[in-house]
Amino acid sequence: MIRLWAWRAAAWSLGVVPLLFAVKWGFQSRLGANPVEFLEHYTGDWTLRLLLTTLAMTPLRMLTRLIEPIRVRRILGLWAFAFLCLHFFIYLVFDLGFSVLQLGEDLVKRTYITLGFTAWLMLLSLAITSTTAWQRRLKRRWITLHQLIYPAAILGAIHYLWLVKADTREPLIYLAILLVLLGFRLPWSQWVNDRRRQESSRTEIS
Amino acid sequence: MLIKVTHPYPIRPSEITPETVYADRRRFLRQIGLATAGAALAGSGRAEPAVDANLAPLTVARKSEMAGGENVTAYTDITHYNNFYEFGSAKEDPARNAGRLRTRPWSVVVDGECEAPGRIDIEELLKPQALEERIYRHRCVEGWSMVAPWIGLPLADLLKRFRPTSKAKYVAFTTLYDPKQMPETARGVLDWPYREGLRIDEAMHPLAFLSVGLYGRVLPNQDGAPLRLTVPWKYGFKSIKSIVKIHFAERQPEATWNKLAPGEYGFYSNVNPTVDHPRWSQAQERRLGELFKRKTLMFNGYPEVASLYSGMDLRTSF
Repeated sequence: MIRLWAWRAAAWSLGVVPLLFAVKWGFQSRLGANPVEFLEHYTGDWTLRLLLTTLAMTPLRMLTRLIEPIRVRRILGLWAFAFLCLHFFIYLVFDLGFSVLQLGEDLVKRTYITLGFTAWLMLLSLAITSTTAWQRRLKRRWITLHQLIYPAAILGAIHYLWLVKADTREPLIYLAILLVLLGFRLPWSQWVNDRRRQESSRTEIS
Repeated sequence: MLIKVTHPYPIRPSEITPETVYADRRRFLRQIGLATAGAALAGSGRAEPAVDANLAPLTVARKSEMAGGENVTAYTDITHYNNFYEFGSAKEDPARNAGRLRTRPWSVVVDGECEAPGRIDIEELLKPQALEERIYRHRCVEGWSMVAPWIGLPLADLLKRFRPTSKAKYVAFTTLYDPKQMPETARGVLDWPYREGLRIDEAMHPLAFLSVGLYGRVLPNQDGAPLRLTVPWKYGFKSIKSIVKIHFAERQPEATWNKLAPGEYGFYSNVNPTVDHPRWSQAQERRLGELFKRKTLMFNGYPEVASLYSGMDLRTSF
C-alpha cells in the first residue's frame, strides 16, 4: 500500500513539477525572447514525455511483474492530456487569436496541425472515458477504445517531426522510444512468454 | 538533451541589476507604476541590461530610422534569440556557444568576376567616417520578427571597390567554417559552410547593408560578428553571418537552405505574406516582445525594392 502511494506521488510529480517550473519562470519573466513559442514547445515536449511514460507502464509491468505501473497509468495519461490542452490553448489564443476561421484554415492547410488536432481529439475521448464508471459502462469496448493512445502518440511524434526545420534529432529520439515501447505490444512478446511458459512447464515435468 | 529541467535562460552577470539601481528601486517602482504591469505581461518587463560593455563602441556618421518608427527590440532579445546553426540549432545556443568564435584578425576575400579582386581587413571597415546606423525590421522565415539598430555600410559601397565586371550577375557569400571554433557543426545539420547569394541588382540596392555593429557597438558574436549581410526585405536566413568570402558570379550561386529544401526556401526568399511556407503561414508574425501576432508586410514593409522584381511571378520565384 505504501509502495502504491509512492508510485502515485511520483506520477503526480511528473505532471506537477514541470508545471510549477513553467509558472515560476513565467513570474520571473524568464521565458526568453519569445515566451509564447517557449511555452508551446515546453507543453508539447511534456505531452510527449508523459505519453511515452504512460506507454512505458505496460512494458514495465511485463519486465518487473509489479502491479503499480498499471495503477498509475491513468494519472500519467491524464497529465499528458492536461499538457496537451495547455499546448492547444496557447496556440489557439496567441497564434490564432481565438479565430475559428483561422483554426479551420490551419486544419485544412497544415498537415502537422491536422495530425496534432486529431491526436487531441483521440486523447479527449480517452480522458472523458477514463473514469471507473465509464470503464464499467463500456466493458470490453473500453479496452478497444483506449488503444487509441497508440495512434495518438504516433501522430504526436510525427506532428513534432513535421514542424522542425532541419535539426530532426529530438523528434527522432521521441519517435525511436515510442517505437520501442510499441514493440512490446507486438505478438512476438506474447510468443516469447508462451515459449517461456512451455519451457517452465517442461522443467516442472522433468 | 531530451529531459532538461535546468533553466534554458540562466541569469548572466550582465543582467544583474546594479546596486545603485537596486537601492533606488522604490522610487523606480513608483515612477513606473501601472505601466509596467502591461509591459511585464508582454515579457518586456525584465530589467533591460546594459549593452555588453566588453564590445568596442563604434562611431557613426549618421543615423537613419527605417522601420516606420517602431520600437527597437530589446538588446537581450536580439542577442539571445538567434539562428546561427554553426553554434547549435536552438535559439539560445548561439549566445551560449559563440564565445568560441575568434573575430580578430579577420579578413574577407573578394574574388570572381571583378577587375580588382582582393582582400579586405575588418579593421578597415570599422573606420568611423564610413559607418552609419540603420534601424531595420528583421523577419525570420519561422514567423517571428524584430527591429534592430544595425551599424555598417551600404553593401554597394564595398562591392564597387572591387569593380565587378558585366559578367557579375550574382554575388555569393560564404560564412566561416571552422569545426574547431564551431564544434556543433560536427552533427552536420546543414551543409557547411553556410552560403547565400543575391542577384547583383539586389546587392547594389541602397537598402542592402553590411552590418559590423549593433546597438552602438561591434556585433556580438551570436549576431554574426564581425560582419554580416543585412537585407531587410528578405527572410532572415538570407542575411548571412560572419562572412569570410564574397564572390562575383555569372550563374546563380548555391544557397544553403535553398539547397536543403528548395520547395520551402526559395533563392529570393523575399518576405511575402501571400506566399506561404509549405508547412506554415507567412501572413502573420510575432514581434519579439509582443504576445499576439501582427500582419506581415509585403517585402517586410520596404516597397522600394518591388521594382527589382517587376515582371516576375513571386509565387513561383519565391
